[in-house]
Amino acid sequence: MPRESQAPTTSLKPIAKADFGYEQARHLLWRAGFGGTPEQIRTLADWGPEKAVDHLLNVEEIESYPDPKADEFEDGIMRPLSEEERRQLRLAQRNQDEDVLARFRLEQQRRQGQDREQIRAMQRWWLRRMIETPKPLEEKMTLFWHGHFATSYRTIENSYHLYLQNAMFRKHAVGDFGQLLFSIIRDPAMLKYLDNDESRKEHPNENLARELMELFSLGEGAYTERDIKDGARALTGYTFVFNDFVFREEWHDNGDKHILGRSGNLDGDGFVRAILERRACAEFICAKLYRYFVNELPEAPGGSGGTMGSGGSGGRDRVEPQRRAIVSVVQQLAGTFLQAKYQLKPVLRRLFLSEHFYDPANMQAQIKSPAQLIVGAVRSLGTPVRDLGILADAMDLMGQNLFFPPNVAGWAGGRAWINTSTLYVRQNIMNFLLTGKTPRGFDPLASLEKYDPTALLANLAQSNPGAEKDPARVVDYVLRFALGGEPSAARRETLVSFLNEHGGRITPDSLTGVLALITAMPEYQLC
Amino acid sequence: MDLHNSRAFTRRRFLHNGLTLASAAVTIPYFLQRSATVLAQSQNGQTSLPGVPQDHILVVVQLAGGNDGLNTVVPFGDALYYRARPGIGIPEREVLKLKEGLGIGLHPRMTGLKELYDEGMLTVVQGVGYPNPNRSHFKSMDIWHTADTDGIGDGWLGRYFDNQCAGSPDGCSGHAGIAIGRTAPLAMEGRRFKPISFESEELFRWTGLDLHESMEKPYRKIISESPEEALDPNSAESFLVRTALDAQVASDQIRRAVGQRPLVQYPPNQLARQLQMVAAMIRAELATRVYYVSLGGFDTHAGQGGANGSHANLLDQFASSLRAFYSDLKAQGNDGRVLTLSFSEFGRRVGQNASNGTDHGTAAPMFLCGPMVRAGVHGAHPSLSDLDDGDLKFHTDFRSVYTAVLEGWMKADAEAVLGRKFKAVEVLKKA
Repeated sequence: MPRESQAPTTSLKPIAKADFGYEQARHLLWRAGFGGTPEQIRTLADWGPEKAVDHLLNVEEIESYPDPKADEFEDGIMRPLSEEERRQLRLAQRNQDEDVLARFRLEQQRRQGQDREQIRAMQRWWLRRMIETPKPLEEKMTLFWHGHFATSYRTIENSYHLYLQNAMFRKHAVGDFGQLLFSIIRDPAMLKYLDNDESRKEHPNENLARELMELFSLGEGAYTERDIKDGARALTGYTFVFNDFVFREEWHDNGDKHILGRSGNLDGDGFVRAILERRACAEFICAKLYRYFVNELPEAPGGSGGTMGSGGSGGRDRVEPQRRAIVSVVQQLAGTFLQAKYQLKPVLRRLFLSEHFYDPANMQAQIKSPAQLIVGAVRSLGTPVRDLGILADAMDLMGQNLFFPPNVAGWAGGRAWINTSTLYVRQNIMNFLLTGKTPRGFDPLASLEKYDPTALLANLAQSNPGAEKDPARVVDYVLRFALGGEPSAARRETLVSFLNEHGGRITPDSLTGVLALITAMPEYQLC
Repeated sequence: MDLHNSRAFTRRRFLHNGLTLASAAVTIPYFLQRSATVLAQSQNGQTSLPGVPQDHILVVVQLAGGNDGLNTVVPFGDALYYRARPGIGIPEREVLKLKEGLGIGLHPRMTGLKELYDEGMLTVVQGVGYPNPNRSHFKSMDIWHTADTDGIGDGWLGRYFDNQCAGSPDGCSGHAGIAIGRTAPLAMEGRRFKPISFESEELFRWTGLDLHESMEKPYRKIISESPEEALDPNSAESFLVRTALDAQVASDQIRRAVGQRPLVQYPPNQLARQLQMVAAMIRAELATRVYYVSLGGFDTHAGQGGANGSHANLLDQFASSLRAFYSDLKAQGNDGRVLTLSFSEFGRRVGQNASNGTDHGTAAPMFLCGPMVRAGVHGAHPSLSDLDDGDLKFHTDFRSVYTAVLEGWMKADAEAVLGRKFKAVEVLKKA
């Protein structure tokens, strides 16, 4: 846990192997993934930083997690009406045929209901995938892109489009950012969400062009109104039919355009290439990656923080050096990103190996997202999954409903995850995973899926035979594992007393009680 | 700019403002050294809202799904009503007639509301809506919640709280607003202000306490002790510690309050359960100024029924719950402090559809309840002949009603909250 608020080092020099131990391996697993078991932490610590980081990054070298079968999700629930159906509908509207109209309406409601079921099924599928995957960084990045190129089912109302989008994010998750931009302007969900599907040269819609620059690549202020107008013209005709991208030549504006310093008859790809030529793009994406993997900008007292607030004068002296350090690091990362021609791996590699990444100021400093909390708990503590529906529902209550980001800016993250209500949901979903306990009783299958946490002590028993029976040493070990950092004396004492009340015996029940108490600690929300 | 682009522009403008503010917490700015008991005391005595009359409370009742206003406040005096609704119209003899000569009355199952009306505690505001009505549940509900015709931005009550506590470093405490339900409604979410929300009191506590009696003591220690003496008050960790403390205090207070038996009998329905909890919290003198409850099921596309049936049952729930709520408050001596406002995200079409139901419509009535209202019927019933493609035309913008409540009851700057000046409808008695 960070004690002083000293500015972290700005050095992106790789951390020395001698400085990469249990703490650092644990930190890497929680940030570049969703946490790890004691064995996994120990393994990565033994490998050293390079092998550990490469293992997490080189997802193509790990055996693939199976994709859904061809028939797992239906692609035609929200299909457009056929020619014949449209003819019937037009006829019924002309004749005011209430019976036929009622039939169409009912059919539409049935499909909508079915599609809503399917998006719920997709949420559960993705959550399971995050929990089980041997490539946690790939899923973490897929989630990152989902929040970055945010589109919500609430507007799109087409589950299969979101599934296709999810697959596209996964395909390029730790690949080439340029490819993501080329793909997103062809993505049916995005085209619908930002109203580009009807955009044509007589009447271009500026929504996608604007957000493409402001939110997806360059950031505010790095482009002009002209860029938006001509960018919108470049994207005319980019639409979709059913589940496929379609370029409607007849809707496309073939005139001369000037976008971000490039000129000519630019189409969507030309627009994207113009964006990629800007340094602002690399800086913007690296700043977001930084926030996702490392830390927020520090808040000055008085409330203002975020990216631009000035805050009270008192805290400024403390905050400024930290802010400057972060800006410096992001600049260095942007340099790497550009050099690598927008390949993500070199940037992530440099970040995950850097001394800055492992600076104490950045350890235990991030508030876990709901996904991080739930997936992390199952993966690190080894609890049973119990009920994906309940877990997905809890994620919604905690503010991260998969496939339903609140708006085009995605999820704010950080402290926005936490208020008095969500804190109880977090504590209670942990308790559910550990014990099957629900607010009104126990999950019906709880007794069949009893969790035995004593397996977590295997490493301790191995390195220190007998320690696994000693309350003081077990508490110390579990606190280091579950919270990271140096255990606080007060917390240690509380938990040892608890165990002593149970005769000082380490049993599945008493250890589960310890874990329940730890996961209820405010600091458990940090990673 | 065409409509598409202007919507996008508004969305962006909102985001721009959002990104320059901190994702600040709504926590008590206490130093970590204070113990939980001291906190509880200060919490109880404190009104979280400087400048607001200590005793004024607002309760919002949301009817979700699009309540059919025409069968709620029935224009039995108009033949067009019966022509449009041969299957589901309410027979004149069954209508609970309101003011003589107006030709309108309440649905027969709303006896509770009729009693409140007769006691001078009900205002019916007719023809409420907004320009360019939206008939999508999500969109229209967002519009009512944000008081913005694009449905973009923070909630109107959230903004009210943001403004009230703009002076204090951490904003209003979450206690100031309580929503009963799975998640807090958008209406209550401000930029900084986040209300407390829970579905039932047993969900607003740590379930680990149920595992074993030995869990309580260590849990309390964990929540009330800061793990380290000199935590940086600006760190994420101390923010979490403060929030956890806040949650614990709120949880104890709320569960203690709600554990008390009510002073009257409530009907056995969902809305009544929520209002019963609200009444209990009011009685326990929580420092809460706005409560929000909700009843769903009003999307009656098929088999709506008339004097009896699914819609009738919902109206019965609504009316009987409100009646019991005010009887409870009266027995407590608190009725004069509580104004209740109810709304739905849209009304329904004038003509019934082929499935003996009604489809999404537009204008509908709102109800205000409490001894402080200017009892009676406000505004004429929308014309049944001069329609907007089969839908009623509104004449009272819902934000005029919000303005009346904000200015007249909450004593707040309505224009600052709503972003625009609206003329308040006269629905409250002169002070």
